[in-house]
Amino acid sequence: MIKRLLFLTPILVLGVLAIYFTLGLQRDSKILPSVLINTPVPEFSLAAIEGAEQGFSSLDLKGKVTLVNIFGSWCYACLAEHPFLMQLTKNKVLPIYGIDWREQDRTSGPRWLKRRGNPYVLVGDDPKSRGAIAFGVTGAPESFIVDKAGIIRYKHIGVINEANWNQTLFPIVQKLRQK
Amino acid sequence: MISELGHFALIMALGVAAVQAFTGLAGPWRGNENWSAIVAPAALLQAVLVSLSFAALTHAFVTSDFSLAIVANNSHTLKPMLYKVSGVWGNHEGSMLMWALILALYGGAVAFFGGNLRPSLKARVLAVQALIGIGILAFILFTSNPFARLSPAPFDGSGLNPLLQDPGLAFHPPLLYLGYVGLSTTFSFAAAALIEGRIDAAWARWVRPWTLAAWGFLTGGIALGSWWAYYELGWGGWWFWDPVENASFMPWLAATALLHSAIVSEKRDALKAWTVFLAIIAFALSLLGTFLVRSGVLTSVHAFASDPSRGVFILAFLVVTVGAAFALFAWRGPNLTGRGTFDPISREGGLVINNFLLTVAAASVLLGTLYPMFLDVLDLGKVSVGAPYFNTVFIPMMIPAIILMGVAPLMQWKRGDGAKAVARLKFVFMIAAAVGFGFWLFLDRASALASFGMALAAWLLAATLYEFASRVRLFEPGLADTWRRIRHQPRASWGMTLAHGGLAIAVAGMTASSAWRSESIQVMHPGDTVTVSGYEFTLKGAETIQGPNYQALQGRFEVNQGGRLLYTLVPEKRTYLVSRQPTTEAAIQPTFLGDLYAVIGDADGKGGYVTRLYFNPLVPWMWTGALIMVLGAGISLTDRRYRIGAPSKRPARQEAEPEAGAGAKA
Repeated sequence: MIKRLLFLTPILVLGVLAIYFTLGLQRDSKILPSVLINTPVPEFSLAAIEGAEQGFSSLDLKGKVTLVNIFGSWCYACLAEHPFLMQLTKNKVLPIYGIDWREQDRTSGPRWLKRRGNPYVLVGDDPKSRGAIAFGVTGAPESFIVDKAGIIRYKHIGVINEANWNQTLFPIVQKLRQK
Repeated sequence: MISELGHFALIMALGVAAVQAFTGLAGPWRGNENWSAIVAPAALLQAVLVSLSFAALTHAFVTSDFSLAIVANNSHTLKPMLYKVSGVWGNHEGSMLMWALILALYGGAVAFFGGNLRPSLKARVLAVQALIGIGILAFILFTSNPFARLSPAPFDGSGLNPLLQDPGLAFHPPLLYLGYVGLSTTFSFAAAALIEGRIDAAWARWVRPWTLAAWGFLTGGIALGSWWAYYELGWGGWWFWDPVENASFMPWLAATALLHSAIVSEKRDALKAWTVFLAIIAFALSLLGTFLVRSGVLTSVHAFASDPSRGVFILAFLVVTVGAAFALFAWRGPNLTGRGTFDPISREGGLVINNFLLTVAAASVLLGTLYPMFLDVLDLGKVSVGAPYFNTVFIPMMIPAIILMGVAPLMQWKRGDGAKAVARLKFVFMIAAAVGFGFWLFLDRASALASFGMALAAWLLAATLYEFASRVRLFEPGLADTWRRIRHQPRASWGMTLAHGGLAIAVAGMTASSAWRSESIQVMHPGDTVTVSGYEFTLKGAETIQGPNYQALQGRFEVNQGGRLLYTLVPEKRTYLVSRQPTTEAAIQPTFLGDLYAVIGDADGKGGYVTRLYFNPLVPWMWTGALIMVLGAGISLTDRRYRIGAPSKRPARQEAEPEAGAGAKA
């Protein structure tokens, strides 16, 4: 009898797995939320990048709905994302703040922005990942929607483009503005 | 017109598969020999029809027929011919057709080479193979038709992902599919044997070559994929424990276990239920891989066009196929008792322990791969399981497995003498200890684990060579006798020596490249020199060049050592014209001790370039080791016992072969 049960185990395990997979199919696995969501932006203060006067600190994020974008001149995907951020700024959609993450030297970030345009209100230089750690960044590009009270409301991993902006990010921004 | 013929051939193939499945099951059941006789020709016809269909699709890609949606979406007139052809399987529909093609070809091969199979078993194997074929062909025809037309036809195609425009990637899916789908054959053998309720030594012998073929292709496919990641992703890593990589690695672990347990089943008439179970699970893991990659339940860097609706079909297919086999297993399995008695200290004892380790390793990889999904479904949060988990769980299990791989081949079947085998290996042990200690003393005192890894590799290589040497009696007088023995070693035992030795070399490469990589990232101006691991890299210059369908920034590095020019490295950063997507083409110079690896990045606007320079020690050993393993599988496959139509009665002279040789077949 025990032997029979033993031989039944594989099909039972398969059954359980099948249930999980069926449920798993209903989910969108691409949403990786951060533990920081719905918590205030941790305090940080980043120096200005070369050529700019003002740095970027957590205090700058109060009073309006903002987008915080982690980028780096070394990051290919950021390059792909960049034109869309430029468009957002040109159309005055919302203020975007940049964290220039892990540059090799102080000049490459500013040069990158000079050549391609700067969509950011303020950019913080973050060679030691202080700001990135504050936001719990896993890679670049990554972006956070921060509400008027300075609370992180949404984390977007990867490139922002027209599709995901219109579908997901912008509706969240609009909802937060109405609050 | 040709495309319509291809579509029609595919529909015909579905019909033939239905006939094949029915006659293959009903024929042996009702004892109707006329029905059974149809099965093999049907399998051959199915193979021909699916081949025609695949040829028609290839024709559409080669001639850039953009009235086919799949060609318009995945090809471009500017693409080099090689990538037009590889575009056939570089997309969902085409890759499913390739899946069906390989399945049908394996079925055809069983029909063609299976002359010495028991007729009832052969019919049932082909019937199961046809049932799988029905599922896949129906999936293609009803949900993923590669021959769907597009109206209006665009003027030109929208290209191929430039990351895919690469020889490594062009050829690694076919190899992997040959491996994945090859396991369908062992699955069919297992299911057929369960239907018959009869598993004997002959069955185990018939299964082995098919396992071996699938295993060889899978090994080659995984190595090629890893090699591609290594040079294309541009930062020198070669294994990421990504779900898609795991999806190919789990069937490999199961197939490796199956390869060895089938030996025990053949030689000792034991472990029958276990072998059948592994044959089912190996294919189940292949299907699971397809499901994970195509359905999008897991996030992966390999963004293959995933689509949940396809996921539903593949899941249903997996559950029905594997569920049916497991149901048969639950019904017939308890009656599969072996006759062989078991001594833990024996060669089969060693094989069983290694089987256990491989299976647990596969299970832990499965758990790590699926864990994020489990948590997500239970609303316990989103996590990603990465390399730290896999390394801590997987590596400790491989250590005893590798130690055992050195000992088990030296032990006798039935009743081995553990103490004697260990005593014979004392020199091997001393070599391994010396290697490990040497690495620790002279190279890296901080990392005892890496030195231990090198010691393990040395242990396995030395033990494998020692086992071979003692098999041909190298240490006994009479060189002529040794030479005669070398020439008369069965191909299968060459296979084992090569596969085990290849793994040893690969383990050395994996350990060294993970532990002792050195890198340097900086902005360089032409004329600047940077030293990495004693190699002086000088940037001579960089220029923009035109490729057939891309533009590239090409850098030139000269590598000197002690004032002597050794190599010139030419890395590129390409931008493809159609998709505007940049890719890195690292320049890699393999040397005996490791790879010199150079990547060129963006210009800084002041005449400097971001460059990344690496020395990756022993990386070529990994690819060499994998190649040797594949070679071992290939040589083993040509063993006369597996040979086409080889009669089960062998000539008397063969029967008189010394038992030591026959016992070592692996």
